[in-house]
Amino acid sequence: MSEDRSTPPPEGSTTPTEPQTDAAGQLPALERSVMGSVGVALMGAGLRSARPIQKLVLGSVGAGLAAMAATGRNPLATALKIRQTPQGEVLVSDAVTIGKPADDLYRVWRDLAGLPRLMTHLKAVEALGGRRSRWTVEAPTGTVSWEADLTADEPGRRIAWAALPGAAVENHGEVLFRPAPGDRGTEVVVRLAYRPPGGSAGAIAARLFGEEPAQQLRDDLMRFKREQELGFAPTTEGQSSARAGGQA
Amino acid sequence: MKAIVWQGANRVGVETVPDPTLLLPTDAIIRVTSTAICGSDLHLLDGVIPSMEKGDILGHEFMGEVVEVGRDVRRLKVGDRVVVPFNISCGVCDPCRRGLFSACDNSNPNHRMAEALYGGVSGGGLFGYSHMYGGYAGGQAQYVRVPFADVGPHRIESDLRDEQVLFLTDIFPTGYQAAENCGIVPGRDVVAVFGAGPVGQFAARSAQMLGAAHVIVIDRVPERLAMAEAAGCQVINYEQEDVLVALRESTGGRGPDHVIDAVGMEAHGHGPGALVDTAKQRLKLSFDRITALRWALLSCAKGGTVSLPGVYGGLIDKVPMGAAFAKGLTFKMGQTHTHRHIAPLLSRIEAGEIDPSFVITHRASLDDAPDLYRTFRDKQGGCIKVVLNPWG
Repeated sequence: MSEDRSTPPPEGSTTPTEPQTDAAGQLPALERSVMGSVGVALMGAGLRSARPIQKLVLGSVGAGLAAMAATGRNPLATALKIRQTPQGEVLVSDAVTIGKPADDLYRVWRDLAGLPRLMTHLKAVEALGGRRSRWTVEAPTGTVSWEADLTADEPGRRIAWAALPGAAVENHGEVLFRPAPGDRGTEVVVRLAYRPPGGSAGAIAARLFGEEPAQQLRDDLMRFKREQELGFAPTTEGQSSARAGGQA
Repeated sequence: MKAIVWQGANRVGVETVPDPTLLLPTDAIIRVTSTAICGSDLHLLDGVIPSMEKGDILGHEFMGEVVEVGRDVRRLKVGDRVVVPFNISCGVCDPCRRGLFSACDNSNPNHRMAEALYGGVSGGGLFGYSHMYGGYAGGQAQYVRVPFADVGPHRIESDLRDEQVLFLTDIFPTGYQAAENCGIVPGRDVVAVFGAGPVGQFAARSAQMLGAAHVIVIDRVPERLAMAEAAGCQVINYEQEDVLVALRESTGGRGPDHVIDAVGMEAHGHGPGALVDTAKQRLKLSFDRITALRWALLSCAKGGTVSLPGVYGGLIDKVPMGAAFAKGLTFKMGQTHTHRHIAPLLSRIEAGEIDPSFVITHRASLDDAPDLYRTFRDKQGGCIKVVLNPWG
């Protein structure tokens, strides 16, 4: 996940790299300095303001930002459970157990062009030959596209990929397939890391505007599980109720 | 069709809504012949269960006749007479395969709501029981859509009356599972049941069927206590006696070997704890009022089991955890895995071991339901259990 992309993990590696969560939750230096300047500017504007409410609001928001810059922590990011690496990447991971053999599930994921069916925020993945592919996602600002390489492909065990340097949204990720204990099938673990435009503030803004990668991933994994175990998604769409139109 | 609809806290009404249709090939449509109001519907009426929406069709205890099946339904056919478990289960996920039907991984389309509240995992869907549990339309209606029709509905082939089998959908298995969870040693163990509502009544009789040496039932409503007494239970009216003292005396100072809390989150009770609970629930600081749970932990014997069929919703505090630890108690709880109890309990009914209709005090048409919801909630007119005829 957070391995340096200049040295991709050796193929056939059996221990997936754990995401390097920064224990102290330190903000990257650039973000700290921007936050500090904005905070001080807001505090200044607040002190100069003639209106008491404005003084209070600007002053406290400014003081908050300045404190974040000084301590290097973004308490909002922590509160919103946004996980970050020291390099400023946002980490998203989740896992689900599916009552199917690992090989079957691996095959579905390995068909990269089919991934948009599993991961709804993906618009398209085109195989470009070799290990290269082109990924397109729907973003609030329009569609965003980048090229990526497979960095690991271990049939029935692990698939990893990384965007080429300079991508619009720098990202990398992996999906692991592990046999579950007993007869429970396969544990599917997905780990994604990306560099959100705007750093942790950008990630928070995205979260507040309803773009929640962690929830999207959870929904994607549950949809995948249900597709594999049931062959369909349970629904109440169109059932009767006493609401307008009589539909739920 | 006619249906009972949630219109907001403390408001239910009869409304005309569209007939249900098959939404998936694994669905069936049932023409409801009998349906009941459950004690847990009262939590919906009171507005303490989150994620209800105005216009939701209520009801999770119902039975009837299959009138339509989807093209992938194999086990059921039109004309079958069925009882339907209140929980909706897919039958193929790991919990379902282990018989933990209420913990189904796949049947709740709104899994994310329940995950947010319940530690990242969601149980299965429930009929007519909030959007957190799937938002499925319920069965207090003339017709109902039943998802996973090959998994839930159980055919009734004998000529038992509706009233004798209807409660296999929820309260009988719920009371039975509560007693089964106690691991009763026949001829030796004393079981106390808090709450003599319908589930408490079935828990007490199930404890007897499983061989309990003695069953003690605690409530405050005279007709409920009388019903338990008629079944051969000792009864304690907690408004007239100090319940903890009475239980100690009745068990030679040991306490009951197992305690079933068939009350759940809206316990009445009295004392400072009950006042604090009520205040916090009104202020939305807490979902639950837990007098019954406190009494259960404080009264239970060393090494005993506290079995919780009563519904709890949120975070609770002032739980006597020290007492539970000191006595080495075991907790068993959760929604009923109804599917696995229906066949064995049906055999007991067919064998004449129990006639579940004993619990019914009120019979009415769907139109009378809104009044009866209040009658049942306020425990007026001797009301213990209401059965509705959607066509009467």
